[in-house]
Formats: sequence, C-alpha cells, structure tokens
Amino acid sequence: MVLIFIDIAEDGNVKKSSLEALTYGAQLAKQLGVEAQGVVLAPATEDLSALGKYGVSKIHQVKNDSLKYFDAQVYAKVLAQAVEQSGATVVVFSNNTDGKAVAPRLSARLKAGLVAGAVALPETSNGFAVKKSVFSGKAFANVNITTPVKIISLNPNAFKIEEGTGTAEVVELNATVDAPKVKVTAVKKQSGEVPLAEAEIVVSGGRGLKGPENWGILEDLARELHAGLACSRPVADAHWRPHNEHVGQTGGAIAPNLYIAVGISGAIQHLAGVNRSKVIVVINKDAEAPFFKAADYGIVGDLFEVLPKFTEAVKQLK
Amino acid sequence: MKILVCISKTPDTTAKIAFTDNNTKFDTGSVQWIINPNDEYYALVRAIELKEADASTVIHLVTVGAPDADAIIRKALALGGDEAIRVNTESQDSFTIASQIAEVAKQGSYDLVFLGKETIDYNGSCVGGMVAELLDLPYISLATKFELNGTTATVTREIEGGEEICEVSLPVVVSCNKGMAEQRIPNMRGIMAARTKPLKVVEPVATEALTSIAEFSLPPAKAGVKLVDADNVAELVRLLREEAKVI
Ligand SMILES: Cc1cc2nc3c(=O)[nH]c(=O)nc-3n(C[C@H](O)[C@H](O)[C@H](O)COP(=O)(O)OP(=O)(O)OC[C@H]3O[C@@H](n4cnc5c(N)ncnc54)[C@H](O)[C@@H]3O)c2cc1C
Repeated sequence: MVLIFIDIAEDGNVKKSSLEALTYGAQLAKQLGVEAQGVVLAPATEDLSALGKYGVSKIHQVKNDSLKYFDAQVYAKVLAQAVEQSGATVVVFSNNTDGKAVAPRLSARLKAGLVAGAVALPETSNGFAVKKSVFSGKAFANVNITTPVKIISLNPNAFKIEEGTGTAEVVELNATVDAPKVKVTAVKKQSGEVPLAEAEIVVSGGRGLKGPENWGILEDLARELHAGLACSRPVADAHWRPHNEHVGQTGGAIAPNLYIAVGISGAIQHLAGVNRSKVIVVINKDAEAPFFKAADYGIVGDLFEVLPKFTEAVKQLK
Repeated sequence: MKILVCISKTPDTTAKIAFTDNNTKFDTGSVQWIINPNDEYYALVRAIELKEADASTVIHLVTVGAPDADAIIRKALALGGDEAIRVNTESQDSFTIASQIAEVAKQGSYDLVFLGKETIDYNGSCVGGMVAELLDLPYISLATKFELNGTTATVTREIEGGEEICEVSLPVVVSCNKGMAEQRIPNMRGIMAARTKPLKVVEPVATEALTSIAEFSLPPAKAGVKLVDADNVAELVRLLREEAKVI
C-alpha cells in the first residue's frame, strides 16, 4: 500500500503541494498494483472524503489537539504508527517545508530509505529507483531504495495534479501522541501574496532594479499574472527585499511553470535555484548577460521601459 | 553552552558537473572543494555569534569524510570554532552520515546541533532530521532566526508563504537557512589560530546505507533563447500564451 502524508496549512486547507503528492502516490500505487491511502494529522476544515478524487481509497485521520501545530518529532512518531497499522510499504511526502523536517525523521525511525526531492515516478520494473534533482538542478540522480519500506518526498511543482472522481473512506486512526516540545507562538503569513514555493508563475528582480523603491513596477506585473515574487541574492543582502524571496543556491529553489527574471545577470549561483523552471523569460539591457543562455524567451532592453509595457500587454489579454 | 556544527564539503558552485564510470560516479577530477555554503554562512556564523555573545560557549565542528576533508574543516576552524572532529569514513547516504554525526553528538552531549539547510550537491535536506530522530531530540528545520534566552530558544522557521515563530528548550537540532547570519571572511588571525586548533579523527560506528545511487544524468540542453524586440512586448505575451502555454 502507498501511504501519502497530507499536509494541512494553518487555515485548515490541504496544501497544494500535498495534492501533487496525492496524485503522485495514487499513480505509483496503480503502477505497483496496490491501493493508495492518505494520512491526515492536523485538524482539517475540508471534507477529507473528497480527496478520493485524487485516487486515494481511504484516509486515516488522527484526531488529537497536540497535532494542531506541526512538530516533526511528534509527527514522525505518529506517522510511524500509521505505517505500521496500515501496512504501508511506500510513504509519499511533499518535499515542502514540513516534509523536509518529518520525512527524514520517519526514515531514521523506520530505517526506511528516503529519496528527498523526487521529480518523477520511480522505475519499479527492476528494483525501486527514484529520480531526483542533484547539484542544485544541474543534474539528476537515480537513487535505489533498498529497504522494505520506502519513502519518497516529491519536489513541489514537479508533478501535475490530476483530479478524477471518487470519494475516500475516512477512518480514525488510534495513535499515541506525545505533547509537542516545540511550541508555536506565532504564525506570520504574507497576506495577499502567492507563496513562492507553490507559485506557478514567479516574477523576480535583481540588482538591475536599482533600489527597493522601484519594486512597484515588478509587483504590478506579478499582480496581473497572479505570480509569486522572488529576487537575487544581492537584493536580499541589501535588504531591498525580504530573505524569503531570495532564490538560488543559497536561497530557495523553485520550479514554477514560468520564471520571469528582470535585471538579473544569471550567475550560476542564481541559476542553481531556478533552472528547474519550465519556461524562463529574461529581461536585461545587456545582450551578453549569461541568463540569456538559460532562457527560453528574452528581451534585450531597459526594464524600466519594458516592464510597464509587459504589464499592459498582460492586462489586454483579459 | 556546547554547540556542535556539522560541516560538509561540497564542490565549488562553479564546478563543472560531469560523471565517470558509466555515469555512476561524480567526476571530481578538476573540482575545487568548499565548505557547503549553507553550513558556513548560516550554521557556523550563527554559532560564532552565539559564542561572541557568551564567551563560555564552546563550538565543535564535525565532518564525516576521508582525510581529504581536513582542508575544509580547517577552513571552518579559521572562521571560528574551537575544535574539529572528523569521522574517518566516506559518506554513503544521508542516513550513514546522520548515524555518524549522532554518535559524535551523543559522546559530546551538546546543547545545540546546527546544520545548513541542505548541501548544494545532493540537496537532500535530510541529515538534520535524521540526526534529531536518532538522538530523540526536537528538530527545527529551515530556521531563519535563532535567539537564546538561557536554555530556551526562540526560533523562526520558514513555512510556505510566511514564517512560524516557536519556542523550544535545549537541547535541539536546528537546520539553518538564509537570514540566520551573514557570511564572514576568515581573517589572518583566524587562519593562523586554526593551524593549532585540535582536529580529532575518530573511527566510524557500524551503519548500513538505506539508499544507493544507481546512475547520474544531465538535463537535456536548452533549445536556445527566442528574442523578442523591446518595442514589441505584446509579442512576448502572445508567445507565452499561445506557444509556451504558460499564461
Ligand atoms: C557561494 C555563492 C552563493 C551564491 N548564492 C546566490 C543565490 O542563492 N542567489 C543569487 O541570486 N545569487 C547568489 N550568489 C551571487 C551571484 O553570484 C551573483 O552575484 C548574483 O546572482 C547577482 O545578482 P544580480 O543578477 O541581481 O546582480 P548583478 O550581477 O549586478 O546583475 C544585474 C543585472 O541587471 C542588468 N540591468 C541593470 N540595469 C538594467 C536595466 N535598467 N534594465 C535591464 N537590465 C538591467 C545588468 O545588465 C545585469 O545583468 C552567490 C554567490 C556565491 C559566491
């Protein structure tokens, strides 16, 4: 059986990255000729039986107030019980912020091999090999998992959500739940913005924007495209933009469908965080900027002239 | 206060990525090795800042690797840190590395274990969580801020589209992200001092890998950029909609 960890956001909704994990897990179950089931730990406001449309037949729900906030230690222990009780042989996570904390813990707890950052379904005809992105997106590795229970955490945006029909049976799972040792005292959400890691379109600015006061023209475009905002490292270092928007080798790694880089030179360390984007658009006044080599579409021009026209042209589409 | 900072050696960012032995091994031929940037800029520098705030703090560095990792750990000593430990074994997968680090951590009874959020070669983000589990300690991943108040830490961690602030009592394992601290350049004094700081070599405990790399591959080459005239931005928008189908 393939068990998929369903991650719940602070507002009680299933995270988009978990819908990807559900679709992935269901397709893997089909490939293996077994069932796909889900497990939910945090209180959800959604009707969980509706998740059946992603291909899971059953959802194990653990109801306990101690699980309201994510604590990797508590979660791993409960998930280990879920694996045991359900007889799962493959566990699927999203490699999102929670997945990065809990999947390795579960792996160590169960001595179950983990591939973190999977980008495709495993090859299961001869063994169990999972393709993952390595060297900051510059290569892939096929990694064999050799243990009886296998864990995969799927990179956000690497797998397309597919909805069918069907409902899942929701069953309560009895588990021992410890009191969390990590106490969450505040959650700060950037209101009204598209979370960068989940964004399908990302608009990103570099030093070419000259200063934080010029970000308005980039934000206008992002708003029209319903896009997340990102920036290059010197921009975050100079505190023009918050650290969480910094993408690249030492910042976040993203893989949107469309990445629009404005006034960014395209240094290798920057590319390392964005090279898995499906389509890259570069706007730079320097025709020799290295980013053009990695781009699908480009405009050689002054961003202060190009951006307002870009936003206007997107508006015209509607 | 005793802090253990995990240091890994990674190929320099600009290193050419190529493979040998039928694409089963990373070609280290002309690679220059550096301290994994996330370990250096965020984990190590934050530990040094904590020591600067409280001089009684002791910082140990640990790396799992063959003797060729000594140069890297000496560089880390030059930045700060009092003593380094190298577990004398080639790393196999995240679990074997975590098992060795957990053993060192147990022996030294540390109040804090710091790591970078991931290595820039295998991008696993796994070792921290595994170490925490093996030690049965709380784990905070992707920390962007870390403040100490006696034996309680207030930590900010990244979540999708925002951040979460939490409190935890020591000991704790923390993986460090951008925001924790800012890169420092080692000075001459640090470099000289590093030469005489102890670098202990310890033998590994027995562990077994849970995964193995079967093969590497490179992504397909890009088709090349399609340039659109700056006076015709609407054409770019049309291409994105009709050709690339992304808006
Ligand atoms: C170990 C290491 C890790 C690093 N990690 C990261 C990382 O994670 N992320 C990251 O981004 N960088 C990282 N860097 C830094 C990286 O090497 C580059 O320095 C950085 O990406 C450059 O940022 P930039 O392109 O915004 O600025 P610049 O290099 O200054 O480029 C600005 C660009 O804007 C263009 N421009 C200027 N004015 C205009 C205009 N009016 N119209 C159009 N175009 C204009 C210029 O032609 C230029 O190409 C790292 C470096 C190291 C050594």
